Amino acid sequence: MQQYETVIILTPLLSEEAVKEALTKFNKLMTDNGAEIVHEDNWGLKKLAYPIQKKTTGYYHLTTFKAPGEFINKLEVEYRRDERIMRFLTVSLDKHALAFSEKKRSGAFNKKQETKIEEVAK
Amino acid sequence: MAKDTIQYVTAPKVDESRKKYCRFRKNGIKYIDYKDANFLLKFINDQGKVLPRRLTGTSLKFQRKVAQAVKRARHIGLLPYVTDSLK
Repeated sequence: MQQYETVIILTPLLSEEAVKEALTKFNKLMTDNGAEIVHEDNWGLKKLAYPIQKKTTGYYHLTTFKAPGEFINKLEVEYRRDERIMRFLTVSLDKHALAFSEKKRSGAFNKKQETKIEEVAK
Repeated sequence: MAKDTIQYVTAPKVDESRKKYCRFRKNGIKYIDYKDANFLLKFINDQGKVLPRRLTGTSLKFQRKVAQAVKRARHIGLLPYVTDSLK
């Protein structure tokens, strides 16, 4: 079961509960197909660097999950089908990425800017 | 017009540039996060283009990771594809 990370951008026109409903729909889709959600992160409304579909802001959501390989295709078809989602990016995490996301979640970076720390000891 | 020529006592140290090093190998950074836009800003010029290795001094292995991270960040709208005054 590979570990993946997907970033979704939802259109800003959605109301709060429409956003929640969309997110729970995808979480349910994941758990139904044997994927296990490790961590979810809501960045909320953010300004985009360039207009996507004529909109300048987007609702960002990050999900880290473990899933069998063939599920990713199904998931992305669902993303494409759902018109609330403007853009998505699914990335598989290698061991360095895994170590990084664990450290980020455990707050090891919070005290200092995350890229400047010395990871020599680990 | 001899007065214009200025003779230095010691050679002017103008072009003595300090040794460039790969910051990822030096700090032991193993993973470049594509979601961290303000870290990636250091590797793109003010038009939003990825800086070449000869300026940043990063090693080939990490230059590829940086380029891939920048392209992913552009895809999800964190970094612009092209802009005139980024910084």
